[in-house]
Amino acid sequence: MKLNLKIWRQAGPEDRGRLVAYRVDDADEDMSFLELLDVLNERLALDGEEPVAFDHDCREGICGACSMVINGEPHGPQKATTTCQLHLRHFRDGESITIEPFRAAAFPVVRDLVVDRGSLDRIVASGGYISAPTGSAPEAHATPVPKANADRAFTAAACIGCGACVAACPNGSASLFLGAKITHLGELPQGQPERSDRVVRMVETHDTEGFGGCTNTGECAVACPKEIPLDVISQLNRDYRKATTGGRRSA
Amino acid sequence: MTSSYTDYTVGAPVADTAAPGGPIEERWERRRFGVKLVNPANKRKMKIIVVGTGLAGGSAAASLAELGYQVSSFCYQDSPRRAHSIAAQGGINAAKNYRNDGDSVHRLFYDTVKGGDFRSRESNVHRLAEISLQIIDQCVAQGVPFAREYGGLLDTRSFGGAQVSRTFYARGQTGQQLLLGAYQALERQIDAGGVTMYPRHEMLDLIMVEGRARGIVARDLITGETRSHLADAVVLASGGYGNVFYLSTNAKGCNVTATWRAHRKGALFANPCYTQIHPTCIPVSGDHQSKLTLMSESLRNDGRVWVPKRKGDDRAAGDIPEDERDYYLERKYPAFGNLVPRDIASRAAKDVCDEGRGVGPTGLGVYLDFSDAIGRLGRSAVAAKYGNLFDIYQRITGEDPYAVPMRIFPAVHYTMGGLWVDYDLQSTIPGLFVIGEANFSDHGANRLGASALMQGLADGYFVLPNTIGDYLAGARLGPVDPGAAEVRAAEQEVANRVETLLSIDGNRTVDSFHRELGHLMWDQCGMERTDEGLRKALDRIPELRREFWTNVKVPGTGAQLNQSLERAGRVADFLELAELMCLDALHRTESCGGHFRAESQTEDGEAARDDKNFSYAAAWEFTGQGEPPVLHKEDLHFEYVMPSQRSYK
Repeated sequence: MKLNLKIWRQAGPEDRGRLVAYRVDDADEDMSFLELLDVLNERLALDGEEPVAFDHDCREGICGACSMVINGEPHGPQKATTTCQLHLRHFRDGESITIEPFRAAAFPVVRDLVVDRGSLDRIVASGGYISAPTGSAPEAHATPVPKANADRAFTAAACIGCGACVAACPNGSASLFLGAKITHLGELPQGQPERSDRVVRMVETHDTEGFGGCTNTGECAVACPKEIPLDVISQLNRDYRKATTGGRRSA
Repeated sequence: MTSSYTDYTVGAPVADTAAPGGPIEERWERRRFGVKLVNPANKRKMKIIVVGTGLAGGSAAASLAELGYQVSSFCYQDSPRRAHSIAAQGGINAAKNYRNDGDSVHRLFYDTVKGGDFRSRESNVHRLAEISLQIIDQCVAQGVPFAREYGGLLDTRSFGGAQVSRTFYARGQTGQQLLLGAYQALERQIDAGGVTMYPRHEMLDLIMVEGRARGIVARDLITGETRSHLADAVVLASGGYGNVFYLSTNAKGCNVTATWRAHRKGALFANPCYTQIHPTCIPVSGDHQSKLTLMSESLRNDGRVWVPKRKGDDRAAGDIPEDERDYYLERKYPAFGNLVPRDIASRAAKDVCDEGRGVGPTGLGVYLDFSDAIGRLGRSAVAAKYGNLFDIYQRITGEDPYAVPMRIFPAVHYTMGGLWVDYDLQSTIPGLFVIGEANFSDHGANRLGASALMQGLADGYFVLPNTIGDYLAGARLGPVDPGAAEVRAAEQEVANRVETLLSIDGNRTVDSFHRELGHLMWDQCGMERTDEGLRKALDRIPELRREFWTNVKVPGTGAQLNQSLERAGRVADFLELAELMCLDALHRTESCGGHFRAESQTEDGEAARDDKNFSYAAAWEFTGQGEPPVLHKEDLHFEYVMPSQRSYK
């Protein structure tokens, strides 16, 4: 199949960047979207042009590295699918496809389609964990966890940290990402001792990193390739309110 | 039979001098008591570099920082959370015996030694089985959301190679959840100042000073700057080398560079030919294919594997009547049927495809058919068990596995070989430790399912933090002068190499070399190896390497994010490793585990081990590119699990 691509090219953070048109005539409907870029990049390299830089690694939808906006949608048109698992059979022969990086104030562009998502790591570093130094753990069965809580924790923990929620949000908010971690750890008995501090610190980091506020548009949950439910944001808000108004925070 | 290939020499045996003696169940405790301790005030002054942030590296970096060491952690990905441990699906083994089904530390030890086809060290495997208990406790305390029963206790499932239910899991994303636990512990230490994190950095060389590992040269993948990072000890947790085959279930970035650079500096590389081919992956669909996707082994619990009886039968699966189908695993292995171990299932699939009975557009595939299971259990029950896997399959192939059988084919999945380490996980270079898949590991010639996660976390959380202090306390290391000749030389070497790769400006892309190397390795050093084929590969690899260094095209510059340059460096190292893999496979004329030599099989086509001549780990010493390496043997002794022929008939 033949495809007309318009790809965001930007040499570095200081460059203004622009969309550049490319045509690929030897695409195949069994190709993944990233394989389409591989084919283009091989050709560009042989022509002495610089290939399109893009983040990718596992190519099986779990590492969260791939991060492109395809025809206006983070990870493209297919529901619950990362870019690496999107196949060309979902596009028409001759179709035009626009490919841009995940854009947000907290995700500066590094080069072409590559952005810096270190801000998400810093949110986790500020409290997205349970403090359990190696060797200090009690027997695993010492604390039973009701199955319903364990299942809800898992559903939230399935987040792959790709940042599609941020790219989809008109405010550039990471509330779905943040809410997923708050819900995962908050559902478990092991997560209770640090629950109040965690939410306060993580929200603070979220805001100082330049992510916007949540206005309940819900675009994040639509874009999420792991279908993290929107109600993790309600959980985030409940925990935050409790932590900041109940006088429970020690610091 | 001994090999007539003489392109290597045999050196002095290598011995594991760190392993304590005594009864096997006391050895780990004895070793922990025997290690020298570093007092807390001194730990704060000591710096440790950890390369890689998967289960082994992430857990090690966090645990070492908790002990008070200054840790620098490096990964090539944009975040430590993306290391490829994240993709492990099935689960993690632990001898908890929560099922009351007869499991014990000794049984896990026994199963692992046997599963490894008697090519691993008993002491190490026993320690692994002991530590498995603590791993589950640790991960639960961190908030890993393991699957649970209605009573709130942990659920387990069965896995290949074991008759007890000891595999803990978090749906089909166990690796992800365990890695996030380690990653969160690591981020906590980053925030506390115990770990300095270097994401998007790639180790390109090891710095040795006075015979000890004292640092690394790393390239900042964003700015292109290469510079040295100095330390008191270096830990490599950089994973396996399955991408030497180009197509594998590994992530695209997985590479051998960190371990290969250390090998070039003197660390012995053990059993490079031991690779694991996983039987149930989605087949290759065309030349553009960039990676292979695993379908969990658990599918073989209910799926039936078959091909047409007749060669070249190109009817659709549904049009082939029952009596014209060959359920070849059930036919050949009536006792285990579709649940034979990975190496056996993989080879059987290759055999039927070689006979011309493979299915799908390429003829390289076999059916995994769920129609019986759907008839017996109902569609919804099958969906509840395997729904997410069926979805992945449909997403990639565009076919509905509820309506037509899946097509599967074996793919490279894991490498048991790696840098040789002693019981303390220290390589033959003092101060260089190697953990997780990067070392030659506890899995012998074949790894059992759900044991990779166990080993990575055992090494990182519990073994290394206990053993590394012995080296640090005893070494009395002074500071390294950043201007020392050895440091400057390593930096210069890396800079020259980058410069050379960029200046060749030839006519072939990096990927085209990688694909050709991968094809060659798959054909000659894959599921079945022969004397003739390995020699062919050994003739071709040096030619390909020469062509690479004269005709590769790497666009762009070194002072920027340059993904072609990154790949070029990795492929250059694969082109050296491949030769050693083939040589190792050629020298080992027996079959064992994942290493099947066509010349060494029983009358009915099963792998025939040769314990008399090959009961050793083969640790190779580098002597120069294309130069004959030196083989150092570590003899293996079995006191608790006596070697026997594996049979699954």
